[in-house]
Amino acid sequence: MSERAPGSTSVLDDLFAVTRGEGRAALVGYLPAGYPDIPGSQAVMRAMLDGGCDLIEVGLPFSDPVLDGQVIQAAQQRALAAGTRIADVLRTVESVTSAGGRAVVMTYFNPVLAYGPERFARDLAAAGGSGVITPDLIVDEAQFWLDATEGAGIAPIFLVAPSSPMDRIVLTAGASRGFLYAASTMGVTGTRDQVASSAPELVSRCRQATDLPVAVGLGVRTADQAAEIAGYADAVIVGSAFVALAGGPGGAAAVAGLAAELATGVRSADRTHQETSA
Amino acid sequence: MTAPHGRPRPDGLPRPSDGLTGTSHDPDARGYFGSMGGRWLPEALVAALDEIADAYDKARFDPEFLTELDRLAETYAGRPSPLSEAARLTEHVGGARILLKREDLNHTGSHKINNVLGQALLTRKMGKRRVIAETGAGQHGVATATAAALLGLDCTIYMGSVDTRRQALNVARMKLLGATVVAVDSGSATLKDAINEAFRDWVTNVASTSYIFGTAAGPHPFPMIVRDLQRIIGLEARQQVLELTGRLPDAVVACVGGGSNAIGTFHAFLDDPGVRLVGAEAGGDGMETGRHASTISGGSVGVLHGARSYLLQDDEGQITESHSISAGLDYPGVGPEHSHLAEIGRAEYVSVTDAEAMDAFALLTRTEGIIPAIESAHAVAAAVKAAAEIGPAGIVLINISGRGDKDMETAMEWFGLDRPDGVSAAATATK
Repeated sequence: MSERAPGSTSVLDDLFAVTRGEGRAALVGYLPAGYPDIPGSQAVMRAMLDGGCDLIEVGLPFSDPVLDGQVIQAAQQRALAAGTRIADVLRTVESVTSAGGRAVVMTYFNPVLAYGPERFARDLAAAGGSGVITPDLIVDEAQFWLDATEGAGIAPIFLVAPSSPMDRIVLTAGASRGFLYAASTMGVTGTRDQVASSAPELVSRCRQATDLPVAVGLGVRTADQAAEIAGYADAVIVGSAFVALAGGPGGAAAVAGLAAELATGVRSADRTHQETSA
Repeated sequence: MTAPHGRPRPDGLPRPSDGLTGTSHDPDARGYFGSMGGRWLPEALVAALDEIADAYDKARFDPEFLTELDRLAETYAGRPSPLSEAARLTEHVGGARILLKREDLNHTGSHKINNVLGQALLTRKMGKRRVIAETGAGQHGVATATAAALLGLDCTIYMGSVDTRRQALNVARMKLLGATVVAVDSGSATLKDAINEAFRDWVTNVASTSYIFGTAAGPHPFPMIVRDLQRIIGLEARQQVLELTGRLPDAVVACVGGGSNAIGTFHAFLDDPGVRLVGAEAGGDGMETGRHASTISGGSVGVLHGARSYLLQDDEGQITESHSISAGLDYPGVGPEHSHLAEIGRAEYVSVTDAEAMDAFALLTRTEGIIPAIESAHAVAAAVKAAAEIGPAGIVLINISGRGDKDMETAMEWFGLDRPDGVSAAATATK
């Protein structure tokens, strides 16, 4: 692998400085490492970058993904069945960052505990990863994880939900680095015809709690939806729509096509609303 | 023992409410029993858990709630459950005097009703109209569907598709009771996957829906609430044993899947240092084969389904599939308080194979005329060993957590009961 600076929180800070400067939202694409297979997932992630994703969320496949809908569940099961290991996930991060991309890992927490939190944070930074999104870790349990990520210089990224009261948003935002992940709707991952009306309200509450960039995920699949979210959020996260294409006949080319559409979407948003709510 | 809100029972036995008001060995404010427990789950569910915790904190000292719980337990579920002297089993084993706590005689056929009545009343108190639950053997699903029918709540039960096949009778019962039964095909299609799917439903519908967790596991406050609602088993049994024998038992034995009947039985004896507490985990094909569900005996510490506890996992933290003839014990996790009791050495956990459990199933049936649930047969097997070790001067209490009606199909297959010589296969178990 080529020489490369270790990933760090500042990679994410720089990204959002750029996108804010350009008056647009960042586009974040998710795919589980190892889906449809290990080289295939790396090719799809490069296609996401080529199409215009600003950040890749590399999924660490888990046996019991309670916050994922059927598309991503099935992809993770297939990745595990193909023998994907944590080392493969880290190598996949490295393939993204070696190609000049930015990467964070999305992982349920038990694999991190088994691997060793400090070791995981250190090895991820060495692979060029900038942060870790942990959907089933709440800040109340996370002190040791905050220490481990701080030591490695990478960003711990936590989720808030429409059900989170203001005091928990403040608590969660206070522990997050890089950006805050706002789950736009109550529910599991999967595309939806409409972005939940709870999303703008949640982002607005996040704005009251933090200056951190706020990324919105869960359910996005079209450029119009991306544009709508980009109107009030700092990043649009797309998962299931990419995963569905990655395993389909179109493969990487179809993924690049969707990324290009969504990248147009995040640049065509009416941002006047955000100026007033920010 | 009498609760402050009601008249004492004429027989002086405790009531279910005593399990809630007589707080002891509670977890800390963050839901930890020692280093086990806590909340390891999505932020989206924290508000709902806080709501349940708040409602429970009020309910456990609310005379109206407690009186209603006691009334339903007695007039609907059939509490108190009796203590039976297992004279022929004792004679057969030739060891300690064996006593049986008869949770199999409760309405719906197991200890699960104790928990469900309390949580369903709590749901009503919170103003929610829909309940969901996971189920393995179907006992918790049937109990939940029953309480939902009784209290007029909408009910959806998640059950692994492997389990809907091996427990078809309980699926029919749940449907008859008006519940929607969702067969879950993901993962290993057993209890763990049913819990995953129930969590997915809950995170989507949390505003309208209460999750009636079936065992003393999961995120705080479930391990505490379920334990408190099951504490009546041990509270009654302790007094019943004292009245019958004039002393405490030497050992108390219960089966452990998630561990609700065991924690409910053990709890009254935690502060009796002379009483051995023995949890029987499912050994499947045997520990050496790796095909088992002995989470404490054969697992390691991690986080699953909301709690830090022992679980079955590989070297990278992927949850591995459990194996057991008993759907109710076929789970790769265990309640955090059991992990804590194991860690501090207060309780011991042993592994009982499918074959040992089925021998014990036939043995109890032939010696006492009691067909236990296969889950409970694991406890019988472990207790028979303990009774032989302890010797004739001793006393062993077994919690018979459920009855075996639901397991007839498994028993027919195991013993070949549909063959002309099938009965003899069962009979050899008692030799």
